[in-house]
Amino acid sequence: MAGHTDKTYELELKELRDRLLTMGGKVEAAIAASVRAVTERDAELAQKVKASDVEVNRLEVEVDNACRRLLALRQPAASDLRFITTALKIVTDLERMGDLAVNISDRAVDLAQAPPLRPLHDLSSLADLVEAQLKKALDAFVERDPEKAEEVMKGDDLVDALYLKIFNELLQLMMEDSRAIRRATATMFAAKHLERFGDHAINLAEMVVYMVRGTDVRHPRSRAVAE
Amino acid sequence: MILRSHLVRTFVNHAVTVLCGLMVLLALFPLGSLLWLVVSKGVPGLTFAFFTSLPTPVGEAGGGVGNAILGTASMVALACLVGLPIGIGAGVFLAERGDHAFGRTVRFTAEVFSGVPSIVIGIVAYGLVVLPMRRFSGLAGGLALALLMIPSLARTTEELVRLVPVSLREASLALGIAQWKTSLRIVLRTAAGGLLTAALLAIARAAGETAPLLFTALNNQYWNFRPDQPTASLTVQIFNYAISPYEDWHQKAWSAALVLLLLVGLLNLAARYALRKSAAGVRT
Amino acid sequence: MTAPPKVKVEKLQAYFGNRHVLRDVTIDVPPLSITSVIGPSGCGKSTFLRCLNRMHELVPGARSEGRVLLDGENLYERGVDPVHLRRRVGMVFQRPNPFPTMSIYDNVAAGLKLNGFRGDLDETVERCLIQAALWEEVKDRLRHSALSLSGGQQQRLCIARALAVEPEVLLMDEPASALDPVATAKIEELMHELKERYTIVIVTHNMQQAARVSDHTAFFYLGELVETGPTEKIFTNPDEQRTEDYVTGKFG
Repeated sequence: MAGHTDKTYELELKELRDRLLTMGGKVEAAIAASVRAVTERDAELAQKVKASDVEVNRLEVEVDNACRRLLALRQPAASDLRFITTALKIVTDLERMGDLAVNISDRAVDLAQAPPLRPLHDLSSLADLVEAQLKKALDAFVERDPEKAEEVMKGDDLVDALYLKIFNELLQLMMEDSRAIRRATATMFAAKHLERFGDHAINLAEMVVYMVRGTDVRHPRSRAVAE
Repeated sequence: MILRSHLVRTFVNHAVTVLCGLMVLLALFPLGSLLWLVVSKGVPGLTFAFFTSLPTPVGEAGGGVGNAILGTASMVALACLVGLPIGIGAGVFLAERGDHAFGRTVRFTAEVFSGVPSIVIGIVAYGLVVLPMRRFSGLAGGLALALLMIPSLARTTEELVRLVPVSLREASLALGIAQWKTSLRIVLRTAAGGLLTAALLAIARAAGETAPLLFTALNNQYWNFRPDQPTASLTVQIFNYAISPYEDWHQKAWSAALVLLLLVGLLNLAARYALRKSAAGVRT
Repeated sequence: MTAPPKVKVEKLQAYFGNRHVLRDVTIDVPPLSITSVIGPSGCGKSTFLRCLNRMHELVPGARSEGRVLLDGENLYERGVDPVHLRRRVGMVFQRPNPFPTMSIYDNVAAGLKLNGFRGDLDETVERCLIQAALWEEVKDRLRHSALSLSGGQQQRLCIARALAVEPEVLLMDEPASALDPVATAKIEELMHELKERYTIVIVTHNMQQAARVSDHTAFFYLGELVETGPTEKIFTNPDEQRTEDYVTGKFG
């Protein structure tokens, strides 16, 4: 079936989708760069990441405006309605993910000024993991693939497990060497930010399932209690 | 350039308007002159006696067209009694259910008949009524006039009923009102204004016919209150007076013509008044 | 425990001569609610409506088959008087059509007077005009011509007229499409009030109106009933792809 009879409407929906994907791409790049700034103790890279967040915020405003406009002028129904309300929600998640990258960059600046800690392989692994989660969630969004989104939701356990491992390691480090406490704490915060990043990716995936299937799969535990 | 064509256009506009106005005057002229003639020539002969007394023989003064007035009135009334229901009824039938072979035949017949010369109608009535009854009568005259009214009334009624929007009929049917009641109480009522005009036209035509009455009602010099006797009528009387060689009979012809015009005019006014009264019951 | 449907349509077919314009329509109309019928032009929604009060068969050459049950009684059974059933299933049309030669009062009373009603007409006329949200505007000029009202008022007058014969079901064929937005809003508000006493079926080509006004929606396409369900579902997550495409404006 051809697209909407109103081609302008069709174009507006496409532009909305493109904006969201652009935002997703920028956030992906930001998180990767911010973690690299931590592991390589590169303060300059950290500053670049913080500067580029302006772009992400601007895109959030644009997406919000576009959604409001579509709701007012187009009276969207069914799949269009679900797409636009999904866009409104995931744009918040993406903006928060951008902020998390900034937070990690702040930690990178702190750590760059101090002597290095033990190598942080796990931190990079966690970063790669949550980055992949975001990428998969965005792919699921573009491809309208609820199964892919469900895979993202299942991947949350792995993220949590890895975060716990890093947490315990850093705790151990702090107990062994009290001079490392400041740096270890900063690193722990960075890890926490990454874990939160993963949670946002889950939110994104849940919204994709709603958008495609029309069923709301959020908060499974509370819903089970209510039903 | 633009200014000049504007001036030309304005001039042409005015010229054509004036031309049309002249045409109207031209069209009104015969009507005006007719009225003028009848009124000026007829008024001198109008007396109270003229309206109420019987015609007198040649040479005698006085006399009137009292019996002719009564005759015309009664025969036209008979024509209405017969012709209006049949004509309007046929029209309604054709409009609501006339879309098949029988309906087409009826419609065609009505069209043909409305073009038949009135004298032929008179002969038909002669054959149908006078011969079997073996006498000339007011009844035959009335029926001849009815025959005259029916075809044009049927066609006009059909047109008027067709003009009533389908939506009104549907609204009535949707209220659970039966088809026949819808036709009668809703459709006809909506078309009533136009129907009244059509009926008036038919009646005026009937009142003014001479030829059909020649072979049916003949004429009568006396008062007649029986439908099975020859009956006087204004039109035949005017004819008789007009073709006579007598000067005072010519005068009577003019006066009788004026009476006929007055009668038809009064009928028209009365009906319009009645229509406005019933419409005023529903204030706008 | 849901109430039994007020109108149950089973395998309804409709024809104009040889053209099969409605096929195998089966649908339940729940009582005391508003069911809207949507679909692109020519999908048969008006024909469907007219089959519910047997007005369809009045068109020369038109016929219908199947069953339409009103409270369990088949309206198409032999021996059912269509004139009588139209008093139980009333209809309001797209263009307001008050009787032009009658006053406001007479218009409302027409259905009753012409059917031999002998009770208190004044009381009935007032009651119906109140139900149609028109009483306050016309109570001082009941004897004025119906044509002196505005378009929106005339349509409410037609609704009052339809209500006077005390139908159980009210069919509305695009009742607001000839009206301005304010008049339309008044009619929609009126429908909300009316559904407490009547079962309403409305045909509309305005999807947003269907969304605003109805509890259930039926989507017709090319003479078939494609999908029916709660209005909210049809407009947020319909089952059929064709419904989805129509509702999002991909055709029609």
